[in-house]
Amino acid sequence: MTATEAEAPAPTGRTGGATVEFRGLRRAFGTTVALDGLDLTAHPGELLALLGPSGCGKTTALRVLAGFEQPDAGDVLVDGRDITAVSAHRRGTGMVFQSYSLFPHLTALENTAFGLRMRGTGRAERQRRAAELLDLVGLSHLADRFPHQMSGGQQQRVALARALALRPRVLLLDEPLSALDAKVRLSLREEIRRLQLDLGITTLFVTHDQEEALSMADRVAVLRSGRVEQVAEPGELYARPATAFVAEFVGTMSRVPAERTSSTGTVDVLGMRLPVSGELPAAGELDALVRPEAVALTADPHGPATVVAAAFLGATTRLTVRLPEGTEVKADLPTETAAALPIGSRAALALPERPVLVDHRRVP
Amino acid sequence: MTTAPAAAPLPAGPSPEEAGGSAAAPTPPKGRAVARRRPQAGGGLAVLPLIVFVAVVFGLPAFAIVTGAFKTAPGAPGGVHWTTANLTASVQGAYRTALWGSVKLSALTAALGVVLGLPLAHAVVTSRFRALREAVLAASGVLANFGGVPLAFAFVATLGNSGELTKALDLTQHGWSLYSFTGLTVVYLYFLVPLMVLTITPALEGLRVQWREAAQNSGATTRQYWLHVALPILAPSLLGGFVLLFGSAFAAYATAAAIVGSSVPLITLQIANALSGNVLAGQGNVALALSLDMVVIAGVVMALYIPLQRRSARWLR
Repeated sequence: MTATEAEAPAPTGRTGGATVEFRGLRRAFGTTVALDGLDLTAHPGELLALLGPSGCGKTTALRVLAGFEQPDAGDVLVDGRDITAVSAHRRGTGMVFQSYSLFPHLTALENTAFGLRMRGTGRAERQRRAAELLDLVGLSHLADRFPHQMSGGQQQRVALARALALRPRVLLLDEPLSALDAKVRLSLREEIRRLQLDLGITTLFVTHDQEEALSMADRVAVLRSGRVEQVAEPGELYARPATAFVAEFVGTMSRVPAERTSSTGTVDVLGMRLPVSGELPAAGELDALVRPEAVALTADPHGPATVVAAAFLGATTRLTVRLPEGTEVKADLPTETAAALPIGSRAALALPERPVLVDHRRVP
Repeated sequence: MTTAPAAAPLPAGPSPEEAGGSAAAPTPPKGRAVARRRPQAGGGLAVLPLIVFVAVVFGLPAFAIVTGAFKTAPGAPGGVHWTTANLTASVQGAYRTALWGSVKLSALTAALGVVLGLPLAHAVVTSRFRALREAVLAASGVLANFGGVPLAFAFVATLGNSGELTKALDLTQHGWSLYSFTGLTVVYLYFLVPLMVLTITPALEGLRVQWREAAQNSGATTRQYWLHVALPILAPSLLGGFVLLFGSAFAAYATAAAIVGSSVPLITLQIANALSGNVLAGQGNVALALSLDMVVIAGVVMALYIPLQRRSARWLR
């Protein structure tokens, strides 16, 4: 594993779920390597988000855990038991799919009760349990509706109820919100988190939406090319990304030219000497990565930066300034402060004196 | 192929994908949505050619059948007049046996066609070899339309009394006869199974992988998935396929005529005999009555099919 894994303690008080471990998982589809030695552990009761760009292997990892894909190498363990060879219908995981996957010929109640029916649970008991679950997701009034009579958000709620029907100790969510509109996505996001916390179920949540991952998860695993780049709590991931890839994938980053200095572990950025966070590349030109909120801008008619764009974000406004050599840097300022820096105005630019992540210079 | 199209209108089985319910907002029931549409002024004129076409190729023959079935033959004693004697004759004796024979043969071959065509189509749909899949579908398209005397000759040459396979496998000693109800069943399956493959393939392609995976994830075995998910979703299409195959077999004439002649009683053979006067002269109007019987039987099949289809597709409404 190339990454640093922040071994956070398992969340206390939520021990209803199981421990899930991926050990050296490899999976290739022809010449495309989806998983390249994935090592990852989800603690009991936590919500672990798998975040990464398309093709990074996050969905493949989830499908291997569900039993829909067999790894070429490596193991999947649940509570220490190797389930790699266990068939999908015996894994005891609950899964919610990206596209609406409700059975179209069954009502919401019948969909929810499906797993219980397969298990041979009596009609009265499965109907009672299914009604309970529909109530849990706030859809008891739609029990008799068929999928095509429900909205996308309602269908995903039913899918969630169906996934929980067999009381799984691991819940798998494969981009369950990506097909929904923004407002529904937000409310369902909160609902999934509330349910997950109430039930204390270990949950693996696949998403390519960093905001979704950071707002919902106990920990976030950033995947790249079938491997874990970094696993950490959201705050840690945002504040101290282990690599330039994580830094740029999670949140917004500006690349500012940096110069090596004579003293070890420092670089000069915008005339300031700053300590380097993480490793300093041995050779070559460097960029420093800075977040917009870390950049201080002040109106200065003789300053080196020129404001070239402004984006209103509500309480803050994101200004883009251009430096004399052409580098563009983004800065988040309170909207009232940003009002003093209209487009075309000159500004002075400063960075806080704290460690900065550096990377090989990227030619624009 | 000399099989006539099904006498009854063919049900178009809705694809499961279409019914998957991927709408982001509740959708109104389809029937109501249709009812709300206002007909546009030019709409009636646009369908006029279709109405004329249907009236000429379907309405006029149907009218001739209905009126002819209730008239005496030209030259009959007392002149041409209205009568129910043709209809009475058409459901008695040899004609009744032929009607029943056609219904049995059509129902059996349609059922077997569905049972054999479904797994074959499934194998085609799930095949990873695109070329094989294309080849099977192309072959099905050809074979579904291969019938009549050429098909009969092909079977006589291979499975007739002196057919190559019959001799090689000594099938006669095992009780095999091509010129029997069983033999005709095998021959009919030759074009009905490919027809079923063509009919059911789009519906199978509409079965979403996620349904299978969701079923597995809920603890369903493969058998349970087919029993509780795939087959119920496919039911409207399977029923539609059955009706199509039934109609195709029911209306088949040339293949049967070339193979069994009159040794297997079938209604289409009886109609031909009555029209040509092979057995009795002046039976043309009885032939029309027999045709009317066929229309009624097709109607009965549809009357049974529609509520079954509605019930199996209640989730589409």
